[in-house]
Amino acid sequence: MTTLKINGQVHEVDLSPDTPLLWTLRDALGFTGTKFGCGMALCGACTVHVDGQAVRSCVTPISALGDKPVRTIESMDADRVGKAVQDAWVELGVAQCGYCQAGQIMTATALLKDNPKPTDAQIVAAMSGNLCRCGTYTRINAAVRLASSRLSGNKTGARA
Amino acid sequence: MTRTDIQPLEQPARRRLLQAGAAFALSVQFGGLIAKADAAEAGKKYGALSMPGGVVDNPLVFVSLARDGTVTIVAHRAEMGTGVRTSLPMVVADEMEADWSRVKIVQADANEARYGSQNVDGSRSMRHFLAPMRRVGASARQMLEAAAAAQWKVPVTEVQARHHEVIHTPSGRRLGYGDLAEAAMRQPVPAHDQLRLKQPDAFRYIGKGKIVPADSRDIAQGKATYGIDVRLPGMVYAVIARPPVYGGKLRKVDSAEALKVPGVLRVVELKGYDGPPLFNPVGGVAVVASNTWAAMQGRAALKLEWDDGANASYDSAAFRRALETAARQPGKALRNDGDAVAALAAGKGQRRVSAEYYVPHLAHASMETPVATARFVDGKCEIWAPSQAPQGALESVAKHVGLDPRDVTVHLTLLGGGFGRKSMADFISEAALVSKAMGGTPVKLQWTRDDDIRHDYYHTVSVERLESTLDASGKPQAWLHRSAAPTIGSTFKVGAQGKADFEAAMTAINIPYQIPSIRLESADVPAHTRIGWFRSVSNIPHAFAVQSFVAELAHQAGRDPRDYLLELIGPARRIDPATLSDKWNYSESPDVYPLDTGRMRRVIEEASRRAGWGRKLPKGHGLGIAMAYSFVTYVATVVEVAVDAKGQITIPRVDMAVDCGPQVNPERIRSQVEGGCVMGIGLAMLGEISFQEGRVQQSNFHDFEILRSQMAPRAIHTWLVGGDFDVPPGGVGEPPVPPVAPALCNAIFAATGQRIRSLPIRDQLAQA
Repeated sequence: MTTLKINGQVHEVDLSPDTPLLWTLRDALGFTGTKFGCGMALCGACTVHVDGQAVRSCVTPISALGDKPVRTIESMDADRVGKAVQDAWVELGVAQCGYCQAGQIMTATALLKDNPKPTDAQIVAAMSGNLCRCGTYTRINAAVRLASSRLSGNKTGARA
Repeated sequence: MTRTDIQPLEQPARRRLLQAGAAFALSVQFGGLIAKADAAEAGKKYGALSMPGGVVDNPLVFVSLARDGTVTIVAHRAEMGTGVRTSLPMVVADEMEADWSRVKIVQADANEARYGSQNVDGSRSMRHFLAPMRRVGASARQMLEAAAAAQWKVPVTEVQARHHEVIHTPSGRRLGYGDLAEAAMRQPVPAHDQLRLKQPDAFRYIGKGKIVPADSRDIAQGKATYGIDVRLPGMVYAVIARPPVYGGKLRKVDSAEALKVPGVLRVVELKGYDGPPLFNPVGGVAVVASNTWAAMQGRAALKLEWDDGANASYDSAAFRRALETAARQPGKALRNDGDAVAALAAGKGQRRVSAEYYVPHLAHASMETPVATARFVDGKCEIWAPSQAPQGALESVAKHVGLDPRDVTVHLTLLGGGFGRKSMADFISEAALVSKAMGGTPVKLQWTRDDDIRHDYYHTVSVERLESTLDASGKPQAWLHRSAAPTIGSTFKVGAQGKADFEAAMTAINIPYQIPSIRLESADVPAHTRIGWFRSVSNIPHAFAVQSFVAELAHQAGRDPRDYLLELIGPARRIDPATLSDKWNYSESPDVYPLDTGRMRRVIEEASRRAGWGRKLPKGHGLGIAMAYSFVTYVATVVEVAVDAKGQITIPRVDMAVDCGPQVNPERIRSQVEGGCVMGIGLAMLGEISFQEGRVQQSNFHDFEILRSQMAPRAIHTWLVGGDFDVPPGGVGEPPVPPVAPALCNAIFAATGQRIRSLPIRDQLAQA
């Protein structure tokens, strides 16, 4: 049995300890917001927060988590920064198919928690580990800027 | 809302009647164009009516009203990112004067007899269903008006539906849509000749771009359901080891170690099929487990031996040489205006120009890999899948598990991208076969990224050879295009070679250039893997070659490439595609959708004006232009590129001018154009699938790279041209892709003097 702390709740899972967090979340616990994209930490679709850091859950075995808290996309609307990022994503119509966007939002949220006012270059650098086959990158950058601006107290925000 | 609050959708089949009247209803919308077309080619079906599922525009199929005023509209097509799951119901809501905030969208299952064509491919959703969805909405509005008039006992001419209520104009009395729900649904469906469509200036949502796509919030919160997210009670998980060479077969499997992996439940052999690829599974060995990871670990523990079969020697380097050889010899002439061969032979003393362009295989690599869930119980099979072709998937499953199609149900999830891959149902049938083998246990059949990259239906691989001769003034006197590429036809017929009509029609045969002799030839070359549709299909290699070559001719002539392109296109005129030997024209009527060089000119002029064509650029920067007409939409692209001293490429800006006729949801059009631009840059910079010994050499995003944010254009400006609702609608999903790669390579030439003729660009500009 492995004990996991996910979105503030404790879960027990009976899985091989090398099982990646991704499949544990999705198959065993039903947190399907976190997506499979590559299985090799190449695309970022599976990004979650472990102890506040953006982590690729597809290459993170559950045995490596210890008692570190895990946050997934399902908890982001209760997070001040996460909610602001989600709102910016909806407002600017970022998603096309939307499949990668949970991972994008998790990466963007971690960025803004770490660096509330990133430069354009810092945004691109932080987001370049997250692939989007629909090609929504210009809107992703604009949405990160908008969320950053909102979180800094600008009511109207900087439009793309 | 309880189930009984919704009025039943069931209604005796009026479909035949409605279809019979469809041509008339179109004529209301598109003026006299379609009537002319009907007179010219009586009996030939175009557009939506040419699709196997045809058109249904019965409001009782698509709309239901609840007593609380909720309007439920069926999205009969699945969402893969273009916005149709929002935009088509939005068209209905606008025509029926429904308040969008009170509209609920429900996703249809696969059922083309009920809903008409459900294929989300070929950039056809809005093109084919704008008019039918307008008729659905107008019918519902008139039924609400008729119900209110009956209740008030006043002439229907005295009432008007407006924003979710019907108003009796003389008295000001009002009834909400909820109050009228039951009575309205009992009204007769108006005949087509009784329908009153809104004038475009009365649209509330169409053309406004104010509607947030239906699933936006769910997507941002991780609550949206894609194919991968389906969960059923007692469900197990499966992955499949497939033959590494297409056409190969399993010789031997030892599954002893696999069965020892904790969580692995069963190992199931699946047979392959002889004959053409079709949408058949390729066979292999399925490992079924209690979770996806265990299934993957079990698969890794299989000991497998394969017979590689006839494609075991497929080698991309050798095949490229074979394509080049084929493109340097005469092929089958598909278009021959004038005598290009003689003109080229006679062109002594003139400048003779020739060039060959290469585009390799590409993989779709949608972020959601193929995945489907199936439950085969009691002689019935239920499927949950991300499908671009639901009816085809249903029929394919029925065939493979041996059921009558009536015993198969296909529920549609969101698609985590498609780009053509999810038109093929091989992965859906695999899920059904494994569930059947498991005695009915629900199975989620998951493809890993490795599976996706190695077992795709690939974009073809091609060599396009172009030759011309310029007179003293720099005008081309001949145009000879020899194309060598495996055809998609080979996926449906063993041994099919040479371009199909629809492939030739994609920016190769239908060039309207003012050149005395134009000839297109197609070489017979075989396919050694499964060839499929990739977003914009043959337009990718054809537009890359044609639009690069025009810029090369301009350079040889010492002319500005934009001005030269406009001169080749010539004055504004409407051309019957058949006069260019185009037998397809995207299945649209040549009368309703003539090739319009005026629209070509306008997008070129708009893109170049907005991009500041001719402006002074920093050192190392260049502007390139290209134009492509595809899916009856006109797109011109100007790329600004910056190449540094080391040959590193960045793209500060791209301008895309698009004329797709009416702009139903401009905000989603812009998002498609931005996405198509990024995909075009990505395939030009990085995209390549290659084979050795019949095996795909790539397996994941480290070796099949797609564009990352740091390489994407810093700014993409979309300029929508036209937009008149009197013009028939064009496609949007695919048309942005074709002009991007040639515009980029033309920009690189402007910046560096180096001409890229072989994709991907990768490090071709790298300086030591």
